[in-house]
Amino acid sequence: MSYPENSILVLVDVDPSGAAAGSTAALIGAASTVGTPVALVVGGSQAAVDAAAAAGASVVLTADADATALTVPIVDALQAAAARVRSDAVLISNSITGRDVAGRFAVRTKSALCVDAIGVSRDDEGIIAHHSVYGGSYLVDAAPTFGTPVITVRQGAVDARGEAVGSPVVEALEVTPSGAPAATAGPVEAVEVASSRPELRGATRVVAGGRGLASKEKFVLVEQLADALGAAVGASRAAVDAGYIPQSHQVGQTGVSVSPQLYVALGISGAIQHRAGMQTSKTIVAINKDADAPIFEVADFGIVGDVFSVVPQLIAALEARKK
Amino acid sequence: MKIFVLVKEVPDTYGDRKLSLETGLADRSAGDVVLDEITERALEVALSYADKNSDAEVTALTMAPASSTASVRRALAIGAASAVHIADEQLVGADLGLTAEVLAAAIRRGGADLVITGNLSTDGSGGVIPAMLAEHLGYAQATALSTVEITADSVSGTRATDAGSQPVSAPLPAVISITEALPDARFPNFKGIMAAKKKPLEVLSLADLDVSADPAAAPRSIMTAISEKPPRAAGVKIVDEGDAADQLVDFLVQNRLV
Ligand SMILES: Cc1cc2nc3c(=O)[nH]c(=O)nc-3n(C[C@H](O)[C@H](O)[C@H](O)COP(=O)(O)OP(=O)(O)OC[C@H]3O[C@@H](n4cnc5c(N)ncnc54)[C@H](O)[C@@H]3O)c2cc1C
Ligand SMILES: Nc1ncnc2c1ncn2[C@@H]1O[C@H](COP(=O)(O)O)[C@@H](O)[C@H]1O
Repeated sequence: MSYPENSILVLVDVDPSGAAAGSTAALIGAASTVGTPVALVVGGSQAAVDAAAAAGASVVLTADADATALTVPIVDALQAAAARVRSDAVLISNSITGRDVAGRFAVRTKSALCVDAIGVSRDDEGIIAHHSVYGGSYLVDAAPTFGTPVITVRQGAVDARGEAVGSPVVEALEVTPSGAPAATAGPVEAVEVASSRPELRGATRVVAGGRGLASKEKFVLVEQLADALGAAVGASRAAVDAGYIPQSHQVGQTGVSVSPQLYVALGISGAIQHRAGMQTSKTIVAINKDADAPIFEVADFGIVGDVFSVVPQLIAALEARKK
Repeated sequence: MKIFVLVKEVPDTYGDRKLSLETGLADRSAGDVVLDEITERALEVALSYADKNSDAEVTALTMAPASSTASVRRALAIGAASAVHIADEQLVGADLGLTAEVLAAAIRRGGADLVITGNLSTDGSGGVIPAMLAEHLGYAQATALSTVEITADSVSGTRATDAGSQPVSAPLPAVISITEALPDARFPNFKGIMAAKKKPLEVLSLADLDVSADPAAAPRSIMTAISEKPPRAAGVKIVDEGDAADQLVDFLVQNRLV
């Protein structure tokens, strides 16, 4: 078959159950801003194919993959898809799996690689990746000197959404295994029980707690305020290191970067590495008992006070408003 | 067993990090440079294996400006037995593709059985170099490991994925990347610092590695525009006198945040 002239090949991240990962809508949404999204689903279920179409892919390519071999089978499938589609760009989620695939694929196909884009656009010469660098202090655009760029897209950074496609063309790919050595991977075990709270990445509100919460038991206060606000839960590295909460909640330089409408920092000093992951938030609220804490330098509303007295009152006041 | 640990010099995250608005490159005069903490942790993984296995030979490898010798020496002082420093004017502003090609060439030349890297650097935040190296070298890769076990012919560990964690294992040769869940590096002591001065430190150029930086040789990712965002200004700061929660609720209501 032939593919649209302005195709953008999108690798859909598939979670362990075979469903399309939460990044899918934004990834295909980003592709739809610069061309026609063609999705590739490797080792996914029918639900993943449906999700890709619902997110805006008019063509969905599928391939089977040996789930016990790490990364390589997905790269092999992407290589087969890219050879067929000859797209203007390849978009991949900037997830752990996505980065591994993107790195290998770019080397194998000798393509220019742009990572952690917060958006894409197009000019006369092709596709441009937009990046937010050094914790949002700089905005940098990058483009390939020639050829099809491979771009990983930061999760939760793109608001654009594609238009749902009712009856997509679904095509099964023939993949020739490359035989490249791969690590053997066992089953994925969820680190924490599924919760009804929003995902940290892409959340519109985040309540984050730091070492000031003092213990795992008391960190529950952060979760209670998050629930009162319908927010996701974040944390500083010190809170993660102290075992108050799993690493997947870490905000900052070496954790997740977030840009919510509202970020509430509780008992967080605001070290530069923490601010690197949250200073692009629309509105920042901080509660800290140290009036000199650097978090106040970026807070729109700062309270010098004790989280253990202010936060329970805050929760009560928010609950009272809901009645 | 030959272990190559990839160490990287980065602008100190505690300091002011600047990009030149003309070239888009890190402005090295703006603040201090340090060995990236995650790459020191990678070195610790290798050294704790070498502590118990006398046949292990740990080499620190970096691609960095010629001025980065102090960082390379630090890796030797912490405990690497030797170091390879790739420095070449033609590598200024190298993109991920060229960086991976150069590092892979140096690893191939050294004949590594195991390559250990950080999962993500604090300056580029690329997180792709380990997978790129694996593809260049034809090695298996196991990334984002929060625990690592090395044996004479394999490496295994727990890999942090976006959905949870999973056990992974690979026969050697392999490339692994590690997360900050692994311990900090040991501190270089006086003896280590003195010993570092005598350890082999090889400086290589692109020509030594037979790699071409010719822009026509392969597509590169180049910066086409750069701008600086004005720093955030502080807003109101109040001291809690019993009514701070109510004032915050008013603020949230006014700003339509609740
Ligand atoms: C390479 C590198 C990467 C890093 N990456 C990250 C990262 O991704 N994310 C990150 O967060 N950090 C990161 N860090 C660590 C960072 O430097 C800080 O150590 C960390 O952010 C501190 O966490 P904290 O604010 O919770 O703890 P602290 O700095 O100890 O601050 C605790 C705060 O709580 C306040 N407090 C205590 N009790 C109360 C109370 N009852 N009520 C109100 N306030 C109270 C204190 O006044 C203090 O300001 C990184 C560091 C390095 C070197
Ligand atoms: N220039 C370099 N020299 C040595 N190692 C590097 C270099 N760039 C990246 N690495 C290694 O690759 C890891 C991941 O880097 P990155 O892909 O840039 O986030 C780092 O933690 C280092 O171990």
